[in-house]
Amino acid sequence: MSVGALEGALAWPEEKYRICGDTGLRVYAKAETLIKVNAVVGVVFLAVGGLFGLLVALTRWPAVHLLPAEWFYTLLTAHGAAVLLFWIIFFEMAILYFASAILLNCRLAAPKFAWLGFILMVVGSLMATVAVLQGESSVMFTSYVPMKAAPHFYLGLILFAVGALFGCMVFFGTLVIAKEEKTYEGSVPLVTFGAITAAIIAVFTIASGAIILIPTFLWSIGYIANIDSLTYKLVWWAMGHSSQQINVSAQVAIWYAIAALVLGAKPLSEKVSRSAFLLYILFLQLASAHHLLAEPGISSEWKVFNTSYAIYLAVLGSMIHGMSLPGAIEAAQRRRGFTKGIFGWLRQAPWDNPAFSGMFISLVLFGFLGGISGVVLGTEQINLLLHNTLYVPGHFHATVVAGTTLAFMAITYLVVPLIFRRELILPAVAKWQPYIFGIGVAGISLFMMGAGTLGVARRHWDITFSDSVFTFDYPGTAFLMMGLNGISAILAAIGGLMYVVVVVGSILFGKVRDEAAIKANPIVAPGAAVSSYGGEGTLKLPGTIVLVSVFFLAFVLYYFINWKFLSEVWPLS
Amino acid sequence: MAIHAVKGNWWNEPLHRMEIIWISIAFVWGLVMFSAMIYWHIAGQQNLSNEAYRIDPEVFAARAEAMADQYTIGEEGDTGVPIVQPPPGSDVYLIARLWEWWPVLQFEKDQSYRLHLSSMDWQHGFSLQPTNINIQVHPNYDLVLTITPTEAGEFFVVCNEFCGIGHHTMVGKIRVVDKK
Repeated sequence: MSVGALEGALAWPEEKYRICGDTGLRVYAKAETLIKVNAVVGVVFLAVGGLFGLLVALTRWPAVHLLPAEWFYTLLTAHGAAVLLFWIIFFEMAILYFASAILLNCRLAAPKFAWLGFILMVVGSLMATVAVLQGESSVMFTSYVPMKAAPHFYLGLILFAVGALFGCMVFFGTLVIAKEEKTYEGSVPLVTFGAITAAIIAVFTIASGAIILIPTFLWSIGYIANIDSLTYKLVWWAMGHSSQQINVSAQVAIWYAIAALVLGAKPLSEKVSRSAFLLYILFLQLASAHHLLAEPGISSEWKVFNTSYAIYLAVLGSMIHGMSLPGAIEAAQRRRGFTKGIFGWLRQAPWDNPAFSGMFISLVLFGFLGGISGVVLGTEQINLLLHNTLYVPGHFHATVVAGTTLAFMAITYLVVPLIFRRELILPAVAKWQPYIFGIGVAGISLFMMGAGTLGVARRHWDITFSDSVFTFDYPGTAFLMMGLNGISAILAAIGGLMYVVVVVGSILFGKVRDEAAIKANPIVAPGAAVSSYGGEGTLKLPGTIVLVSVFFLAFVLYYFINWKFLSEVWPLS
Repeated sequence: MAIHAVKGNWWNEPLHRMEIIWISIAFVWGLVMFSAMIYWHIAGQQNLSNEAYRIDPEVFAARAEAMADQYTIGEEGDTGVPIVQPPPGSDVYLIARLWEWWPVLQFEKDQSYRLHLSSMDWQHGFSLQPTNINIQVHPNYDLVLTITPTEAGEFFVVCNEFCGIGHHTMVGKIRVVDKK
């Protein structure tokens, strides 16, 4: 090979890009492709994992009791891995690339490295899924030692995590390039700031995962003799809970992005919203303590400090976003002329647009169901009432499904036209999808929390105890709750199917979104494409005041009711 | 807007009054919730003990068997599981293992007992029903808590930590009788 040819091969190839007709943003082809593949694989895992979830819920409906015990535990494990890990993290990779390369008008750093990360994630996720479906790794998502899974279960998770770490590095690299090449002026957008928060927490999460999963893998192949069950849990949850904090940061960033794109909303105050994200970085990780409140050998001082994120400073962050988001929406709507009464702005919101309705339902359900229940569950003593009951999955279905998943679904309705450049097929189905999915998931969360409050165990195949030496009856209400949970799961599954059909159908068969289509059917709010800076400090926002007041009242009442419940059980010390 | 880079000094922009009030309320509420946990340690009756020891499963089993040898008062139906009634205030051992809680314990109402929980194999979940007290049980750790039953009757210990294919059959029993 001649020197010239070698130089030609090594030279940085001219990066291809286009200018987005909707937003005016510069979209590089390589970033766009990586966003697409990550999102598509994520949706595949959502479809498969969602189906497993439906089968699990139908088994827990005592009148249906669908699966045999072995399959139940296998598919419950597979459900957790497929949706909680794989769907969400693949989609988050797409979000990281979107929030860096697209929003900053920048080429993606090291796209080949990003592809390597993607391939590792695909190989790892398939390996772990196969290990679970082979039946030798029905250890649940948490895989608490000394219960042992097949070595390739742990290895798959490790590969997946390494791939995700590569994705985070590409994200950070892109930020550096964007700053260096001055592709934007001033401070990064708030949405990118939220994505940075998510990525920083992701690095912490993946490091914790490596610290615990690598020794556990070595233990599974017989190289290490023993892993302490309590130490495992402490470090595992530094990964397990922190990964949920990635979701929170990503989903809040998505809420802001949708409000901006659909309504042209800007945060009431950049300072407040960014400080709230900063609180996440500083304090959210302490929450791995939530999973250790009922454990022996850990002092109450440690539990109280950590479970409260150091005096609830991360909860403070979420409560700030819980005010900022509706505040930003109300301000944008009032500016657009919807000023009638306290709630005219909300009534006149674009409820037909699934991106908006999905975002708003996600926000409300996450706050009211997920947020409040999380704080109650994470109160040291109240945890004694709820630890390992169905309340726990009830809580995290409100956060991770109603919150994160629905937020991700909502943004997909913008990603399909903006990134895949296809018009949505079946608009009527898309319009109803967030409502059906939202009602279904709200039901799942509420009824599982209800059953959990009555003591019903999680991860349990048979709450009639028909094969036990001693049989015991949970209250009749608990059985009713499990039936309603099954019905809600069917509704959520229909909502999930509607999403998959619309998204996959639009990508494959949707009309190409050309100039004419952009003109005829604009999806970005007028004014949104034009840069507008600064906060939204002066308007009066009575609707938001009423909303946060109702939220606060519900929070305080529900919190003290649970202390009342606790005071009624047998004294312990 | 949230998807655009922000120019200028956004840090110095004045805050909305609503923001200042809400942040203050949320911060104070955090202090209240933090204090509530500490208050309950001082004045509340339901706190998980901090007393725990490392222990070999064999040693724990031997202690449980010694207790059963001394205080067995009968057999639970035709299950072969002994009913053990240790004196109030004494150390009481409950073994968790695949897939049973052993033995059946009998307590007197309104008396306190030092209950020891440990697992012989994997992790298990002590879920006392219908009272609804839930505590994690680890192998190699002996958790000691003082428990005071306040109602007579039959209570059940459901395992609520997944422990393999027989998990859903793992149910134990605690009887509480009125003081003689």
